[in-house]
Amino acid sequence: MMNGFWKLTWVETKVFLREPMGVIGTLIIPALIFVIVGRSLGIGGQDVSTAPQPPFNVAILGALLLVVGAVISLVTIISIYREGGILKRLRATPLSPLTILGAHVFIKLVFTVLGLAVLVLAGRQMIPGAIEVNLLAFTASLLLSTISVLSLGFVIASIVPTARFAQPITAALFYPMLALSGLFFPIDRLARPLEILALSLPTTHAVSLMQGVWEGNGWRIDSTAALILIFGVCTALSTRVFRWE
Amino acid sequence: MAVPVISVSHLVKTYGSTTAVDNVSFQVYRGEIFGLIGPNGAGKTTTMECVQGLREANSGTISVMGLDPRRDASTLRKRIGVQHQEAQLQKRIKVWEAVDLWSSLYPRVLDPDELLIGLGLEAKRNAWFMSLSGGQKQRLFIALALIHDPDVVFLDELTTGLDPQARRAIWSLVKGMRERGKTVFLTTHLMEEAEHLCDRVGIIDHGRLVEIGAPAELVERHCPERRVVFTSEEEGVAERLGRLPEVRSIVKNGHTHTLRGEGDGFVTEVIRAIARGGIQVSRFRTEIPTLEDVFLKLTGHRIRD
Repeated sequence: MMNGFWKLTWVETKVFLREPMGVIGTLIIPALIFVIVGRSLGIGGQDVSTAPQPPFNVAILGALLLVVGAVISLVTIISIYREGGILKRLRATPLSPLTILGAHVFIKLVFTVLGLAVLVLAGRQMIPGAIEVNLLAFTASLLLSTISVLSLGFVIASIVPTARFAQPITAALFYPMLALSGLFFPIDRLARPLEILALSLPTTHAVSLMQGVWEGNGWRIDSTAALILIFGVCTALSTRVFRWE
Repeated sequence: MAVPVISVSHLVKTYGSTTAVDNVSFQVYRGEIFGLIGPNGAGKTTTMECVQGLREANSGTISVMGLDPRRDASTLRKRIGVQHQEAQLQKRIKVWEAVDLWSSLYPRVLDPDELLIGLGLEAKRNAWFMSLSGGQKQRLFIALALIHDPDVVFLDELTTGLDPQARRAIWSLVKGMRERGKTVFLTTHLMEEAEHLCDRVGIIDHGRLVEIGAPAELVERHCPERRVVFTSEEEGVAERLGRLPEVRSIVKNGHTHTLRGEGDGFVTEVIRAIARGGIQVSRFRTEIPTLEDVFLKLTGHRIRD
């Protein structure tokens, strides 16, 4: 029921905005890290042929923090709702499970885009020349990455035992995924088993997709296909293992 | 002949090796308040949630207004109102937002403002859920259960944890539902609540329905004994009243007399005999068994054991 979807989305958006720490974590922290790390590494405004290059793409790090923040938030919310009986109460209404999850995913996507906007504005203000990218294409690659990573979040949300553990467990799973994502060093330097593991994680393909767009090399078809495949598999899996209470 | 709105037949629900609901059958009739009563873990909530379609039974049949709760779930959810035990809402959702959200889910709804006024929540319409008292939260859940004017309302342990004043306020709201023609199916482990609200109750223990009927009828059937207790300083009172055929036994402790007998006729005859004999009595009271006594008699343990 679309009316229920938009009403639920609007109500959940307002509820989210009333949690100051959640808003700061989503909108401010990634931009802050981008500016602080970017300035300390001396990105932007320099002649790329002579200046020393930063060891990794700081903007992609900022974007990944937006994605991981969205996942941690989604998993935490679903866990709290499950434990508090909110999901069970919603389930007793004509709202379909897909509508409930869809509303939360939609909100996460909107706030991811807003977080990117804050990051871009702050970056342009504080580090001139640091953001020279086709923003539309980069936003699209970020959204595809977010949806794919969120789908893995659905699976985790389904199996996290209690709300208290949701945040630490999700963080413990996703931050190492950042380390293996290929952002800080090429994954072909990893031992073969770790390389295979990295290639099965959405964060790795998110990095290669966004990095390609950032560097003006266009969309990587293999990364796009991998992200869509992971989304399909994880969504199908989560519909099987999702627990309402 | 009364029309059954809910029919449950030979319902069985197991969790692993535990049988939560064991061959339970009952009917709930249109316009009545029916209560499943029993201790925590007796199978009340599981039974209710099977009837709502939230849980799948292992065997047995359930019909709610002619609908199968699992097969016809989406149709049924539009016609039933639900309040879950110890449910919560988003901490920072406002009262009016919750009612507005629920209103958007149904094709036909009551006036939300009138509903909030009727439930005494109009002053709290802008309050966050987390700031409401226990009684206010339950009234909000009642509002959400009633917003679409359902035919059947399910209330699971509605007043658990509330103070006596809030509990009585909720009771009058539930009675109001019956007056508006709703069928109410509730669960409670509070015998006083069941006696006060329910037209009929089903006593459930260890997953089995052990008895069903109107509270007064069950008391009469299983615990017919009445006691009359009074104080009298006159001599020979015990002997005089002990001759009444309705009096089964009489115990005198100082000036306090305790008479035992069965049925309401026993009490009437004792009062008549006291009046006829001009016996001076004080601190006169009758002690009538309650559902708690019926539960003890039928199950061998108290509901809170």
